[in-house]
Amino acid sequence: MNIFENIESIQNIIYIFSSILFISGIKMLGKEDTAVKGNFLSALAMFIAVSVTFINVINPLIVLIGIAIGATIGSLIALKVKMTSIPEMVALFNGFGGLATFFIAWSEFNSIPTNTFQYVLIMITTYIGGVTFSGSIIAYGKLSERLKIEKSSIITKLFTTLFYISIIYLFYSIFVAKIFIPSFDFFTILLILTLLGGIGFVIPIGGGDMPVVISLLNSFSGIAAAFAGLMLLNNVLIVAGSLVGASGLILTIIMAKAMNRSIGNILFVGYASKSSGSKSEETGEVKAINVSDAYLILENASSVIVIPGYGMAVAQAQHVVRELGELLEENGTEVRYGIHPVAGRMPGHMNVLLAEANVPYDVLVEPDDINPSMDSIDVAIVIGANDVVNPSATEEPGSPIYGMPIIEAHNARTVFVLKRSMSSGFAGVQNPLFFRENTRMLFGDAKESIGGLVTEFKE
Amino acid sequence: MEIYVLLGFVLILSIYLGLELISKVPSTLHTPLMSGANAISGIALVGALILGSDTNLQQILSFLAVTFASINVFGGYLVTNRMLKMFKKK
Repeated sequence: MNIFENIESIQNIIYIFSSILFISGIKMLGKEDTAVKGNFLSALAMFIAVSVTFINVINPLIVLIGIAIGATIGSLIALKVKMTSIPEMVALFNGFGGLATFFIAWSEFNSIPTNTFQYVLIMITTYIGGVTFSGSIIAYGKLSERLKIEKSSIITKLFTTLFYISIIYLFYSIFVAKIFIPSFDFFTILLILTLLGGIGFVIPIGGGDMPVVISLLNSFSGIAAAFAGLMLLNNVLIVAGSLVGASGLILTIIMAKAMNRSIGNILFVGYASKSSGSKSEETGEVKAINVSDAYLILENASSVIVIPGYGMAVAQAQHVVRELGELLEENGTEVRYGIHPVAGRMPGHMNVLLAEANVPYDVLVEPDDINPSMDSIDVAIVIGANDVVNPSATEEPGSPIYGMPIIEAHNARTVFVLKRSMSSGFAGVQNPLFFRENTRMLFGDAKESIGGLVTEFKE
Repeated sequence: MEIYVLLGFVLILSIYLGLELISKVPSTLHTPLMSGANAISGIALVGALILGSDTNLQQILSFLAVTFASINVFGGYLVTNRMLKMFKKK
């Protein structure tokens, strides 16, 4: 055994150690008490894996420059970003990870693949990496509201078609191009089609379906890294990549379940083309309420549940909501927050916003925990949420959202709905909750309405 | 060929392990888990370090891969840490 083989086996043993740290890290990241430590362990694992790989680096200076640039940009974004912009930032970082694997596969293609297996892996890694990149960039555009494209527009249809073409072309590259070597530069076409395909994959999906897409792209970035590991015969890449793939997949499944829809339905069908069976038009009377009347009811309430949705993020109302919560508690009212898994634009969106506003996480409850005791709650305050509190989901078998688990706000004694107007939610379904006997609509900007309540309490 | 079978085995086991480890994650941690996992996917950095550099194109590609993977790694871990620090118990 010569010295190089020795170094390589030591390196592999350290990779295994690093993999163990990654595994413990991600396990601890899934529990509230150990999450900070878990994240640290996983960062340590990354540090060890990268350090030990430096033995292979041919030109350390260039690599260090690259890392320094990346570290500076990454740290600046991470430390400067506002908590309200977390969804689009995660999408952006995710895209960069995908782009890195895309470049890795591209570079490997140029080092002349040694066997068929490696060739196939290069094609697959290129594709997943590229789709993760361009898909994440579109997701970033949609989440930060820089990109607004109608689902039915011609651009959407064009890119969706390109997505299907890119899949066919991937199969062509894997099975045909290797045997009947084409006279044109088929790989460059694959690179381009892959990026266009990623755009087409994400472009038709939007609004309330965003949490599913972003989880799925998260999973893809891991799978891409794992395939790059297979391609480069590197075990730590495979283990770490697979863990990310698995965690993204779990989040995807949780999100899809919370909407009672299959992943395929969310990605390729959407709400729009669902046949609407019995569409009972609500004709009841909407009862509006003003801030001072709402205050009188809240003052006498002994238990309150706040149900936030995307509207709270848009209105940036999380801080006044916390203030109101504290004032209510001083007044002897029990305050809890009902969080639906798909409220907002990414998994856990509401939790992060409320945490930013210093709401402790143990007063946050999930639908299953709060629904059984909902009828004993005096006031449910719905802030910018719509579909996740729509009683049609439990009562109206013909409704497109029938079967979706909801927070049963309508069972509370009184429901306040804070809303700008009477428009329907993302699903485009009218919400009978607004017409209920026990519902009072508090129209206007959520931040101003809650702010008004806070002032009333202080006086 | 045998090495691919072996590494394929590692791949399947790791995915299965991942699914088992994180199947019951509380919804409070959905965002941090996603962003923490996102940082881990920056492991592509290790891949970028072992690329060949025979041609100019390869050198450029591996430099870009290192840079973007580093953004992912540093940004991902830092923002996850920042987020987790905000989560407080009563």
